[in-house]
Amino acid sequence: MPKDASGILSEIKKGYIINQLKSGKRGDGRSPEEFRKITIIPDYVKRAQGSAYVMLGDTKVIAGIKIEQGEPFPDTPNQGVLTTNVEMLPMAFPTFEPGPPNEDTIEIARVVDRGIREAKTVDLKKLVIEPGKKVWIVFIDIDVIDFDGNLIDACTLGALTALKTAVVKAEGMDEFKLPVDNLPISVTMVKIGNTLLCDPSVEEEQMAEARITVSTTEDGHIRAMQKGKVGSLSIDEIKNAISISLKVGSALRETYIR
Amino acid sequence: MGTESNIKLLDENGLRLDGRNEMELRPIKIETNVLERADGSAFIEWGGNKIIVSVYGPREAYPKHTQDIDKAVIKARYNMAAFSVDERKRPGPDRRSVEISKVISEALSSAVMVEQFPRTQVDVFIEVIQADAGTRIAGLTAASVALAAAGIPMRDMVVGCTAGKIEGKIVLDLSKEEDNFGQADLPMAVLSRSGEVVLVQMDGDLSVEEFNQATDMILDATKRIAQIQRDALVARYSVETQGGE
Repeated sequence: MPKDASGILSEIKKGYIINQLKSGKRGDGRSPEEFRKITIIPDYVKRAQGSAYVMLGDTKVIAGIKIEQGEPFPDTPNQGVLTTNVEMLPMAFPTFEPGPPNEDTIEIARVVDRGIREAKTVDLKKLVIEPGKKVWIVFIDIDVIDFDGNLIDACTLGALTALKTAVVKAEGMDEFKLPVDNLPISVTMVKIGNTLLCDPSVEEEQMAEARITVSTTEDGHIRAMQKGKVGSLSIDEIKNAISISLKVGSALRETYIR
Repeated sequence: MGTESNIKLLDENGLRLDGRNEMELRPIKIETNVLERADGSAFIEWGGNKIIVSVYGPREAYPKHTQDIDKAVIKARYNMAAFSVDERKRPGPDRRSVEISKVISEALSSAVMVEQFPRTQVDVFIEVIQADAGTRIAGLTAASVALAAAGIPMRDMVVGCTAGKIEGKIVLDLSKEEDNFGQADLPMAVLSRSGEVVLVQMDGDLSVEEFNQATDMILDATKRIAQIQRDALVARYSVETQGGE
């Protein structure tokens, strides 16, 4: 992750965040498991087949779905295709640069994709037009327009909402709602000191030793995990992260994804 | 994960396609300093995986803006040879290998005493010659040996293993068929003495109990694999002492 505008998180701010944490509070007054305010506007882009504008605190992303006809992968002739792409636009942060996706962007897109793919959220078997020859390809594209941390969860919420609103249509064919079910909720946490903090802000991401994302479905099962950053986590911390993800995730699902 | 097939991954005795039981690892062999030019290198055979790792550095980080004034930057590059898999892999980095390179770099950074070499980089080149499931973990396990063989100060070794779910059962060290047709894959790597987790990824479908069972199996297995790492390093250096006399 890039550092802040000046390139370095100021020592004063770092000290402040650590001091606040000792009393169980975060820099912005949240409790460790608390997410920032979430606002989701579904169907935000009319030209897309499905879309969503997500604000997670000051992080803003726009997800759009395009569905086109194309060839299936040779090893899955009886399935549609799903791809996820994230663009970290230069407008979103002073140090973001234009150009091909860097490793941070690729990681975010792949973790978002993994949760959705493993939960089998999109029923790809229903997206076959002609087995082995022609299938529907679902493109999830997510633009990051303002960055204040926790892109994985913001992008997952955007992708899910956009998928839920998506309609498959083409000239001369009956249109139908994209078959979507079993939505995974990702919860990303960072470790600062000995505390796991949900939905990290950009400062928290910068100073954290380790990051972990756990995506879970309504049945209480884990569908995807990813540890990030150079620090380590104990097995107990990982187990704790899983139980936090299940708890916080089910509240998020009730409120925003139902 | 989860490509459907009619292949039976467990037989009536609970044995796997290659005859292993659920706790059994594939054979693992590690050899150090297999290359002349590199500062350190290692070759690992893990089941059907054949992977060469070479280490260069610490050397001045380049381009300059990648330098960290406080510490060395570990740059792992995971790469699959075009001929390493059934269908030719187009050479060069793809999204999968970029992600794997990133998580491997991060995992190794926990073990190396990076604070001793500010402004430098340590290059770790991981070349998968023959792939047979579990390449990222095999590559990382060998990379740790190659770093040690290069004489780079480390606070611990990184050792990994995978577990997964096949036909509803948790098993250790997935084979290629089990990876393709199984229900979950959990690669994990730890620092061998402290047991701290430095790499964990997961995809598929696991309940919390299954996850706990899988991590117990992995932690047990990493102790055995760590011994193979140690033996490889000891074998190398005891030979050198004899040769020098």
